[in-house]
Amino acid sequence: MPNLRFTEKALSDWMRSDAADSEIVISSRVRIARNLQHYPFPMLASNEQSEEVLNKLSEVLQYDDVHAFGDFHTLDLIDIDDLDKRVLVEKHLISPSLVNESRNGAVILSEDESVSIMINEEDHLRIQCLYPGFQVKEAWEKASAIDDAFEAHVDYAFDDRRGYLTSCPTNVGTGVRASVMMHLPALVMTQQIGRILTAVSQVGLTVRGIYGEGSEAMGNLFQISNQITLGQTEQEVIDNLHSVVLQMIGHERTARERLITDSRLRITDRVMRSYGILSHAAIVDSKEAAQRLSDVRLGVDLGLLDGLSITVMNELNVMTQPGFLQKTFGEDMRTDERDIYRAQLIRDTINAANQS
Amino acid sequence: MLCQECNKRPATLHFTKIVNGEKTEFHICESCAREKGEMIPGTAGGFSIHNLLSGLLDFEPSGKNGSAGAPPAQSLRCEECGMTYSQFSKIGRFGCSSCYKYFDSRLDPLFKRVHGSTSHVGKVPARAGGRIKVKRQITDLKRDLQESITQEEFEKAAQIRDQIRELEKEIAEE
Ligand SMILES: [Zn+2]
Ligand SMILES: [Zn+2]
Repeated sequence: MPNLRFTEKALSDWMRSDAADSEIVISSRVRIARNLQHYPFPMLASNEQSEEVLNKLSEVLQYDDVHAFGDFHTLDLIDIDDLDKRVLVEKHLISPSLVNESRNGAVILSEDESVSIMINEEDHLRIQCLYPGFQVKEAWEKASAIDDAFEAHVDYAFDDRRGYLTSCPTNVGTGVRASVMMHLPALVMTQQIGRILTAVSQVGLTVRGIYGEGSEAMGNLFQISNQITLGQTEQEVIDNLHSVVLQMIGHERTARERLITDSRLRITDRVMRSYGILSHAAIVDSKEAAQRLSDVRLGVDLGLLDGLSITVMNELNVMTQPGFLQKTFGEDMRTDERDIYRAQLIRDTINAANQS
Repeated sequence: MLCQECNKRPATLHFTKIVNGEKTEFHICESCAREKGEMIPGTAGGFSIHNLLSGLLDFEPSGKNGSAGAPPAQSLRCEECGMTYSQFSKIGRFGCSSCYKYFDSRLDPLFKRVHGSTSHVGKVPARAGGRIKVKRQITDLKRDLQESITQEEFEKAAQIRDQIRELEKEIAEE
């Protein structure tokens, strides 16, 4: 029986800490892509070959130097049912392509869920470190140390000139993708976001809106990540992302201060309306939930609301997603029923937070 | 910034696509993206970076209107995994690490477009890194050996030869 406690609660342990700048930066993530020498990449690997890759990489976990990073749990994708897979995706612990395209895919999770190691995804090995708040440097250091520990036991596909060889040409070189998830409501409200995102994309970074089920946009959440993996050192990539995000935090802060000085009443009204709806509504679809939760999160940060914390808001972001709702209330749920349960869950969570 | 398709909703998706060296920027909202059936990150069957890449890889100057005769790039094939360059340019993914070697002649322009650079300057695996260092040492010693022989310093040459053998043994053992 696989260990499925990872899908039972919405919040990973690490989310419960008070992290740096967590009112604006929700999480920091670093992913390192690696492949073993002498095996075709997962897309072309035979069943036997991908099984060998899985065994080889799982064995590495038994060594003490890898074990030093914590207790790990290996979950074979084949043992996990579809709903649990979906919840793992919603918690960002595995990627959709590990679910949809992988053969002999597996994920190795650390006890606190901050480390997630995917096997036979697009590449043989993907080491991911996911930290709360603005900790992209810390996430890189941890991921890199785990990479070193693996490298001591297996031969990576590496080339003097091209660096670490990956399945996709967009990852070759360092194989490092660092990203930061930001909540930027004030920059959106003051209509500065377009200008800032354009500037960001001109320094080798990409920006994506965050999507829930299908293509429903989530409220004012943006993921900033590096585009370049060849010709820059890992340190340069991390430093560049770090300094750009730092500037964006500054801009968002200034915009929030301006909102509260210039339009206190208007912003209070908006926050309170959203709070009122979330604490009383009987039907809330995912799009409305995302937007209202964004308003309330802003209200918490601006000190307009008591009782709620950023941690509760993080929890609600994950809990209101379809997979999690089904996990909590039952699998055979139509979309309209889901909206009713979503409303109930939000009401209950807000009330519980207010009473504690 | 407004969506370039509907000019109503704010653009939330930003992409740069490069075809035939020509850069095109896309700024669209998610409902227009959904309507066009593409460019939705993180969903199965929808947009993927590989769709974009295949446009990027298709930069053969003669390939515009299906001109006669296959361009030379399309005859490249990886002897390790069997992938052809034309398959690679369609799916935007390599089949194995040897593809990098067999397609090497076509890769510099691609990497230049994607990354603005063609060679790695970052981390090197510790063990392979050691091997690379030893290989460089051997190359240097071989040059010294040649020189010693030309200078008729045979005793020194013998020493260098032993050193080279030692290092070659070191690499072979790994
Ligand atoms: Zn539009
Ligand atoms: Zn190949």
